[in-house]
Amino acid sequence: MTTLEAAPAAPAKGERASQILQHHGALMVLAATVLIGGIAFDSFATPRNAANIAVSSSFVAIIAIGMTFVVISGGIDLSVGSSFVLAGVLAAYGSRYGVVVALLLPLAVCGTIGLLQGLVIARTGMAPFIVTLAGLLGMRGLMLAVSGEGANTYLVESDAFASLGQASFLGLTVPVYITLGLFALGAILLQRTGFGQSVYAIGGSEEAAALMGVPVARVKTTVYLLSGLLAGLAGALNAARLSSGVTILGAGLELDVIAAVVIGGTLLTGGAGGLTGTMAGVLLLGVIQSLINQVGTLTSSFQQVVSGAFLALVVVVQRLLHRAQHLS
Amino acid sequence: MAETAATLPQPLGSRTRVLAWLQRYGVYASVLALLLFNVAFTPHFLEVANFRTQLIQVAPVVITALGMALVIGTEGIDLSVGSVMALSSAMVVLYLGYGAPVAIAAALVAGALVGAGGGALVAYAGVQPIVATLALLVGVRGLANVLVPQLTEFRNPALITLGSRSVLGLPLVVVIAAALTAVVAFVVKRTIFGRQLVAVGGNRAAAKLSGLPVRRILVAVYVLSGLLAAVAGVLATARLQASDPTSLGLLMELSAITAVVVGGTPLTGGRVRVLGTVMGALLIQLLQATLIKHNLPQSWTQMVQAVIILAAVYAARGRKK
Repeated sequence: MTTLEAAPAAPAKGERASQILQHHGALMVLAATVLIGGIAFDSFATPRNAANIAVSSSFVAIIAIGMTFVVISGGIDLSVGSSFVLAGVLAAYGSRYGVVVALLLPLAVCGTIGLLQGLVIARTGMAPFIVTLAGLLGMRGLMLAVSGEGANTYLVESDAFASLGQASFLGLTVPVYITLGLFALGAILLQRTGFGQSVYAIGGSEEAAALMGVPVARVKTTVYLLSGLLAGLAGALNAARLSSGVTILGAGLELDVIAAVVIGGTLLTGGAGGLTGTMAGVLLLGVIQSLINQVGTLTSSFQQVVSGAFLALVVVVQRLLHRAQHLS
Repeated sequence: MAETAATLPQPLGSRTRVLAWLQRYGVYASVLALLLFNVAFTPHFLEVANFRTQLIQVAPVVITALGMALVIGTEGIDLSVGSVMALSSAMVVLYLGYGAPVAIAAALVAGALVGAGGGALVAYAGVQPIVATLALLVGVRGLANVLVPQLTEFRNPALITLGSRSVLGLPLVVVIAAALTAVVAFVVKRTIFGRQLVAVGGNRAAAKLSGLPVRRILVAVYVLSGLLAAVAGVLATARLQASDPTSLGLLMELSAITAVVVGGTPLTGGRVRVLGTVMGALLIQLLQATLIKHNLPQSWTQMVQAVIILAAVYAARGRKK
C-alpha cells in the first residue's frame, strides 16, 4: 500500500517511468555497478577483466536463455543444473569417439529428458516445479550412474572438442561467441516469431491462449525441450573448457540461473520479460562476483549474501512497480 | 489397478478413486511393502541397532518436513530450510561460549528471523514463495559460510547429551522429532491457527473476505518453518559435534518437499497431512537403506526417488479437479 506514495502525482508519467524501470532496471543497475567498480578499482574496468567476466558468465547465460523461455511461459525448470553436470560427463565420455559424438551425446540425452519433462507438464497438468524437481533428482542419479557414482572423471580426449571450450579469438573464448549467437537467435525467436508470441500468450493466460487457438501443449513441450538442449550445450562446452567431465560442479546452478532471469525483469508469474534483461541479470551477477574478488578480503560466500539480498530487493521492487502500474 | 477398481462400489470414475486412495494411503502401503520386503530379504534388518540408525538419520528430515508441510498447506513453498539449518549450526558454534542454552536459543531465533523475513516477503510484499525463499536459500547459506567459514569442531557436554543420549531406549533426537510431530499434528487439527492456515491455503481470497488475518497467518507459518528447520540444524550439529555450514542441510529442501508431497499433501494447498509427511520421510529413508543394504548404488536411490515424486504428484492431481 506504500506504493501509492511511491507513484508520482502525474499517473501517466509515473506509469511510464515504472515500466521503463521494470524492463530496463537490470541494465541500469548493471551500468551503475560497472561505473562504480571502474572508479573504485583500477584493475576492474580493464579489457582483461571484462573478458574474464564474459567467459565465466557465458555458461550461465546459455542456460538462462532457455530458462527465460520457460519462465515467460509461466513455468520453471529446476533440472538445468543437473542437466549441465550430466551433459559435461557425457561430453567428456563421448569425446573419445570424436567431436561429433562429444557434442551430440549430451544434447540428445538432455534434449530427450527436457522433452519428456515438457510432455509430462503439458499433457498431465502437473506443476512444472515438481516435475523438474524430479528431473533434477533423476538426472543427478543418471550422472552418478554414468560416472561410477561420481568416482570417474572422464577426460576430454578430442582436441577439436577441447578447442570448442578453450580456443580464443580477440581475447574471448568460443563459448562467448556461441552465447552471443544464441542470444541473437533466441531474441528473434521470442520477439519476431509466432512461437515467441505463443510463449508470451501462454504465460499471460493459458486459457485465453488456448481459446485463441495457440497449441498450448506443443509450445509448452517445446520450451522445456529448448531449456534441456541449452543446458546440455552449456554443460558440454564447460567440459570442453575444463578438459574433463567434472561431477561435482553445477549443483545449485539452477538457482543462479533463475536468479539472473528474475533480476533481469522476467516475472515468474509468466507472460512478461525478455532476453536482454536476462543477459543484464547474468552479467550483473558476474560483475558482483568480480567486484567481490577485487575487494580481496571478502570470500565467495559473501557473494552469495549479496546475490540473495539483491534478488530479494529486485523482486520486492518489481512487485511495487507492478502495483504502481495497476493502481495508477 | 483393475482389481482395486473392481472392489469399489461405483465403477464410474473408478480411476479417480484409485488415485485418491493412492494419494491418501499410498505412502502407508509403500512403507509397509518396503518393511515386509526387508524383513523377508534383508539380513539383520530386524535388529534394534538398525532401526535406531534409520530413525536417527530420518529425524532432521522429519522435523524440517513438518514445517514444509505447513507452508505447502498455505499453497507456498519454503526453499530456505537447508540454509536455515546451516545458519542455526553456525549460530550454535558462535554462541557456544555463553553456554549451550544460549547457543541453542540464538540458533532458534536466527531460524525464526529468517522465516519471518521470508514470510514478510510473501505476505506483505506479495512475492511468490518460490522466489522469496530462493533468495533466502542463496543469501542465508552465504551468511552461514561468512560467519563460520570452515568446519569447526567443539566439545560441549550438554550438546553431546542432546545428540547422543537415549530416553527409554529411544535416541533423544528421535523423541524430539516425535514430540514435534505430535505438536504440529495438534496445531493443524485442533487449533484455530491450524484451521486458518488450511483456509488460507484452500482459498486465499475467501479467507481474506471472511476476515482472517491472512498476512499474519502466512508470516507465522514461515516463522514456524524456519524454527523447525533451526531445530533440525541444532540436532544435526549436536550429533556431529561440529558445525559445517558448507554442507549441513544441503539439498534438505528437496528431501523435505519430497516427504511432504509423497505423504499426500497437495502442492495446491488447503490440506496438511502431518502423519503422511512423517511416513513420506520414512519411505525415502527406508528406500535408501534398502538399496544400500542390497548393494545398489546411490544413483539408483535418486532415480527411484524421482519416480516416486512423480507418482505421488500424479495421484494428487486427480483430486485437484
